[in-house]
Amino acid sequence: MKARTLSYAAAIREAMAQMLASDPRVFVIGQGLWSPWYVGASMKDLDRDFTRDRILDSPVCENATTGVAVGAALAGMRPIVVHPRMDFMLLAMDPIINQAANWHYLFGGQVSVPVVIRPIINRGGQQAAQHSQAFQAFFQHVPGVKVVMPSTAYDAKGLLIAAVRDGNPVIYIDDRWLYGVVGEVPEEPYEVPIGQAAVRRTGKEVTIVASSYMAAESEKAGKTLAERGIDAEVIDLRSIKPWDREAICASVRKTGRLVIADGTYAEGGVAAEVAASVASECLGSLKAPIARVALPNAPAPTSATLEAAYYPKAETVAVAVEALLGRKKLPNPCRPSASVPGRILLPPNGR
Amino acid sequence: MTSISKSALHQMYRTMLRIRLFEERLSDMLETDEVKCPCHLCIGQEAVAAGVCAALKKDDYVWGTHRSHGHYLAKGGDMSAMMAEILGKAGGCAKGRGGSMHLFAGEQNLLGTVPIVAATIPLAVGAGLAAKMRRDGRVSVSFFGDGATEEGHFHESVNLAALYRLPVIFVCENNLYSSHMHISQRRPADNIYKFAELYEIPGIRLDGNDVVAVYEAAREVVGKARKGQGPALIECRTYRWRGHVGPARDLDVGVKRKDELKEWMAKCPIDRAGKLLVEMGVLQQELEKDGAAIRAEVEEAVNFARSSAYPDEAELENHVYYERQGDQ
Repeated sequence: MKARTLSYAAAIREAMAQMLASDPRVFVIGQGLWSPWYVGASMKDLDRDFTRDRILDSPVCENATTGVAVGAALAGMRPIVVHPRMDFMLLAMDPIINQAANWHYLFGGQVSVPVVIRPIINRGGQQAAQHSQAFQAFFQHVPGVKVVMPSTAYDAKGLLIAAVRDGNPVIYIDDRWLYGVVGEVPEEPYEVPIGQAAVRRTGKEVTIVASSYMAAESEKAGKTLAERGIDAEVIDLRSIKPWDREAICASVRKTGRLVIADGTYAEGGVAAEVAASVASECLGSLKAPIARVALPNAPAPTSATLEAAYYPKAETVAVAVEALLGRKKLPNPCRPSASVPGRILLPPNGR
Repeated sequence: MTSISKSALHQMYRTMLRIRLFEERLSDMLETDEVKCPCHLCIGQEAVAAGVCAALKKDDYVWGTHRSHGHYLAKGGDMSAMMAEILGKAGGCAKGRGGSMHLFAGEQNLLGTVPIVAATIPLAVGAGLAAKMRRDGRVSVSFFGDGATEEGHFHESVNLAALYRLPVIFVCENNLYSSHMHISQRRPADNIYKFAELYEIPGIRLDGNDVVAVYEAAREVVGKARKGQGPALIECRTYRWRGHVGPARDLDVGVKRKDELKEWMAKCPIDRAGKLLVEMGVLQQELEKDGAAIRAEVEEAVNFARSSAYPDEAELENHVYYERQGDQ
């Protein structure tokens, strides 16, 4: 029998529906939940199926909405709070970081905060600086929260269910650019363990580590590289806090080379944390410097020409790998361009 | 004339006196440097916590601030555990991780007091939403100071509670100062209770040093909230006798306020309730007996705190994450 397939957005919706159906403590609050304009197909008809008493499309108040979810979690509920654009979630940093992340530790483990905070990365389409940002690195920095970033339909469902059941504040970051990605998704509820990476492609010459949209692009890069005669291993982090150090180090010990592709800025980013850990844990296995693929060190622009050069793609990852292996010379200086968008952090001469 | 019973008032008197004598003892320990963690005393404001909490049930939620020793005791928190917490001991109500500014009494549903100004206001609304969704008849009370009403999330939270008609009581302890800043330096008008009007909920301003007035107002709005009639805002006018933080009396974080303090000390909420009790027929000796019993309780708390062990350094990284048990 052929396995059932769903889109990434439909997989999120199915996880939401199954959690709402199986647990009366679960409810969803956030802006735009009754409108596909804000949340795509990921919340379609949930308000019809589970009533608007459990799917609360909130007023414009990110801080209070998030605080309400945290308070409800402390009072025994299992809320999911949605921020249709991560940029707007910056207005809710206090309830996430000062409150949700601290509370369990602060009171000596006497209370937990089982809340899922779901910011959506929603960028491109000339939306510019304040409708485009991806801030996973901020949250990786903070003890007390977990952070997951699915890249496939299967993980989109399994990580959301794991997040709801985890019992800690979990930041579940999904990406609108992945909503149309279709993959096998079992019908029954299942979990993808938080903190476990997935090897998307095995290879011997270089390890590519990525998450979310960049994991999907890295998988494409893996295929392109194979056509160009390079055998790359592609690992999808899936969780960036906690993240799977062992899986990454095991792969680097095998390949001796590492390229990290993260869809945010390089400085203080997720890739920086992975690079630092690999450098301290398996430096002896490295045959080349660690390369990073990131956003340019600039806010997102509107203009079509600038935007085309801004977001790293599969080709950026492929070029970084080729440069690392000495198959290709990077231009010096190496600037973002429409043909190789985004930023590559690697000495111009590769190794 | 008040409708309150002698025994109910006497209970509130004892609650206020417990808060007062606990904090006076704590003040001594701050002056001798035995207590080093920052403490924000509510001496002079005891009637607000005592009056409101007397109108609550054990199941009702209470949320507080950096100045919450009173809320903790009034809701039924254990005095010894709070003193141990302030000394950073393992026997503390937060296992020595929170100190004076982060108190917790889970069994009493005081689920947390924290010092980020206004931070617990939306949390209180969340607990109110949980109560409404479960239809369990609980009420959630948010205590905060006048400064918190300057924060955006106060307004966001009142709007949400009013919109969803949640069982949430917003209790503003207006002690006229936010740290060193008098309310006249922070607001064009001294009219906090009027915010309620814009959100179409009841807004009450009352004498926060009159425990009977506080109790009666709280009883009414709590009763309505429990019946699904939505939230209310109570502005309690009061005054803290000590500085913003620490034991200082008339000089604190650069503010001199000797004359004002004298006026407010004459309006002591505990003396006032004591006089009323005597008028109602309680003997002065009985009140003195209360004082002696509470002093002994405070000493016991100090002894417990002193003899409680410090947390082991091996526990430093415990409880960063909740350890999941099965499917939960």
